[in-house]
Amino acid sequence: MTETLTDANANPMGRPLRRKEDARLLHGQTNWTDNIQLPGTLHMAILRSPMAHAKITNLDVSAALKRPHVVAAFTAKDLGDLNGSVPCVWPVTDDIQMPGFPALAVDKVRHVGDCVAVVLATDKYAAADALDAIEVDYEPLPAVIDMEAAIKQGSTAVHDAADGSLGTNVCYEFPLKPQGDGAFDAAVKAAGDDVVVVKRRFINQRIIAGYMEPRAVVASPMGMSNEMTIWSATQIPHVLRVLLALVTGMPENSLRVIAPDVGGGFGGKLQCYREEILAVQIARHLGRPVKWTETRSEDMVASHHGRDQIQDIQIASTKDGQIIALKVDLIANMGAYLQIITPGIPLLGMFMYPAIYKMPTYEFNCVGVFTNTTPTDAIRGAGRPEATFAIERIVDELAAELDMDPMKLREMNWIKHEEFPYATVAGLTYDTGNYEAATAKAMDLFGYDALRAEQEQRRASGDPVQLGIGISTFTEMCGLAPSRTLGALKYVAGGWEHCTIRALPTGKIELVTGTSPHGQGHETAWSQIAASILGVPVDDIEVIHSDTGRAPYGMDTYGSRSLAVGGQAIKKAAERLVEKAKVIAAHQLECSVDDLEFIQGAFRVKGDPAKSQPLAAVAFEAFSAHNLPDGVEPTLQAEATVDPDDFSYPHGTHLCAIEVDTETGKSKIRSYVAVDDVGIQVNPLIVEGQVHGGLACGIGQALYEGVEYDSDGNLLTASFADYLIPSAADLPSFTTDRTVTPSTTNPLGTKGVGEAGAIASPPAIINAIVDALRPMGVTDVKMPATPENVWRAINAGKGGAQ
Amino acid sequence: MTHIPISVTVDGTVYDVEVEPRRLLVHFLREDIGRVGTVVGCDTSNCGACTVLLDGKSVKSCSVLAVQADGHVVLTVQGLAEGEHQWHPVQTAFKECHGLQCGYCTPGMVMAAVDLLQENPNPSEEEIREGLEGNLCRCTGYHNIVKSVEYAAELMGGK
Ligand code: FES
Ligand code: FES
Repeated sequence: MTETLTDANANPMGRPLRRKEDARLLHGQTNWTDNIQLPGTLHMAILRSPMAHAKITNLDVSAALKRPHVVAAFTAKDLGDLNGSVPCVWPVTDDIQMPGFPALAVDKVRHVGDCVAVVLATDKYAAADALDAIEVDYEPLPAVIDMEAAIKQGSTAVHDAADGSLGTNVCYEFPLKPQGDGAFDAAVKAAGDDVVVVKRRFINQRIIAGYMEPRAVVASPMGMSNEMTIWSATQIPHVLRVLLALVTGMPENSLRVIAPDVGGGFGGKLQCYREEILAVQIARHLGRPVKWTETRSEDMVASHHGRDQIQDIQIASTKDGQIIALKVDLIANMGAYLQIITPGIPLLGMFMYPAIYKMPTYEFNCVGVFTNTTPTDAIRGAGRPEATFAIERIVDELAAELDMDPMKLREMNWIKHEEFPYATVAGLTYDTGNYEAATAKAMDLFGYDALRAEQEQRRASGDPVQLGIGISTFTEMCGLAPSRTLGALKYVAGGWEHCTIRALPTGKIELVTGTSPHGQGHETAWSQIAASILGVPVDDIEVIHSDTGRAPYGMDTYGSRSLAVGGQAIKKAAERLVEKAKVIAAHQLECSVDDLEFIQGAFRVKGDPAKSQPLAAVAFEAFSAHNLPDGVEPTLQAEATVDPDDFSYPHGTHLCAIEVDTETGKSKIRSYVAVDDVGIQVNPLIVEGQVHGGLACGIGQALYEGVEYDSDGNLLTASFADYLIPSAADLPSFTTDRTVTPSTTNPLGTKGVGEAGAIASPPAIINAIVDALRPMGVTDVKMPATPENVWRAINAGKGGAQ
Repeated sequence: MTHIPISVTVDGTVYDVEVEPRRLLVHFLREDIGRVGTVVGCDTSNCGACTVLLDGKSVKSCSVLAVQADGHVVLTVQGLAEGEHQWHPVQTAFKECHGLQCGYCTPGMVMAAVDLLQENPNPSEEEIREGLEGNLCRCTGYHNIVKSVEYAAELMGGK
């Protein structure tokens, strides 16, 4: 079963190699942040607000200081200037409201879980115990929970005028109207009688990232030469270093951020969290290491949530199904504060509503709203799952309205493979794609016609268990991102990526990457890319990452960017290394550079195969430097920093068959077929694993998961007992396959796969359930489609109580 | 708080230590004796990341007190394969079938799978899914975990 490269000459690209990472992970030889135990460490425990919105009228930590093992305790007032403000780096409009986000709340708390005070003790249990001794009184304020109510005149403001804000809950409004304001209505009017308009409101509910490793941070001021070393369970050690320098005022060159083994992220660890700021500031203040590991219950209230949008969407087509216009109005929940890229998340979806469809007219508008809830930010897909859900759902609704097969309607409107590159109505240029090929393969694997026949039968016989078929023909944008584009969108940073490759004197290779894996298998995949160019065994390459001391340059891992952008840097660095080595080899072999060819890891004189020099020998020569050609510097290394030309656009066709028990509302996935086109695959085993995991997240959102608050802003889903992350028993096996249309926006032809499953699957699931129930008058089912929500939809369809 | 002496065998080594009565077994493993291969994922006994074998049966070590393990034998993922660089068939199968990504659920998932296969050497897909219900994984979607357990059963002669 094992795929090992016994043939040393075989090219490792595209092979399902077993992962290098796994031996360590499977034997518990791991280095999670919480494993780190430094002498003299103080454990930080955080008192969090139990109220969604309140004034702090009294706060006294003195009794906590008297508790055993307690060394210090702080409120915002005690910390003064050390109480940093959590940064937001994406002010999406010029007039965006960006209220401060103090790490420890100042005078007011604005969501359940807001940090009020901290205790530092030499023992973890003692720190937690001492929180009880803190005296705190709150004067409750009205909680702003409902987004629509929040933006009405007269609503209580989450950040009111007295706090120096505008006194409105509107954070920003962002329109995109390429054909002008009112273009949708004008297009409908112009179509005269030959038009069908379908309008829906979809709720893309709030979810959590659900990484299995809770967040943790250790900040130690005990490093070399004034260095503060920060270990954090983060996706973004490089970005975090810059932000911590800006927030704390500490010199950036004294900060070293290390993300050791990180147990999943899914966007939830793409953040500069208040707890990270507090740990660093307090470690600096007290001159000793500070450690904090969250409990899962803390994670539920304090780590950012995602999605949470109200989507009003309208689609217009001719009566025979040609789409003529699309209009999207979003209300997007920011939560109580803006975190790293909170405002930008809905806008990452803005470009993707037109999806794979050709249409002349598109209007988009987004209103970002503050509420007294945990801040939102990126979670797997970030804006694109929301867009994909809305468009794929409404295309099904349009098909129903037109009485057309939903796949036929899609085929009629999608971009044909010969039409690429294609400039979309939203302003993107899709480089390549083949929706026909992916769909044909998926339909084949799925058995579409047979399932439709069974559906007819069940309908005809009035079977209480109905069968539904759900389609999602999705695309997404990956490879964040061309720096100029990010600049144009007012994002503060760039989107480049870096790689350094060193050939060591012993022939081993060090590959230093700026990407920061947390489960993706970069060590294996990056080795495959470099090995294929350098002609060395995959196992001779050590991938160094996630430590700003050892891998100083990088933009980290999110947005399915690591391969699409980081892969380009690896390729370029490896090629540059070969170029340099060639000059040395030519000198060693006493020939001209042009006489050499590089085959299977050795330079050979063309036409004289006996004369050759392996890369390892060249590396040793570069090290000893006894006989280098004039002008060539010792050491054999090369680096590349690559800014991508454009995004890449993975796509695919997902088909789902669901049995819905119309008496109980229970849904059971009978089969799920996912054919993805992620371009060239470096390691298909890893690709498949990414698809599976994405599907589980998306199906989780569709069927099981949802963050819920009551009207007072209490979090009702505050633990894994109340928030249902699907288990093995809740999910089916998947049928996955790929079509390959190489991307032309990067030289490896890769696209990105980390988010595909999470983006594609929610509409496939909900379309299937609605399809099963449509004869009962059901036109929508709320996510998560729990038995209760399905039952309510059936009742509403019958005209009964909801 | 008073400390109580306990004697626990973990991965073949006997540890005689004193612990607070309220100390969780998983914190004893991780923080008192440095067996950090076993991890914590939640505080409501839902995730299974902390699963170990206690006298050969799988338990969630976050819901057992260290004092309850007094006089008993604990096996963690770090002691599963006897001897250095050795692989238990379940570990081999997880690598072969790509049954892990970030690896955080893995110590618990592997130990739960070992227990499952002890009870039922030849489980069906459904039995595997039901058997691992108490162990959450956010990375793999379980597809390859199920495959891993099936393959481990084969390696262990169950199939
Ligand atoms: S840590 Fe989650 S069940 Fe033990
Ligand atoms: S492999 Fe990451 S949680 Fe299971």
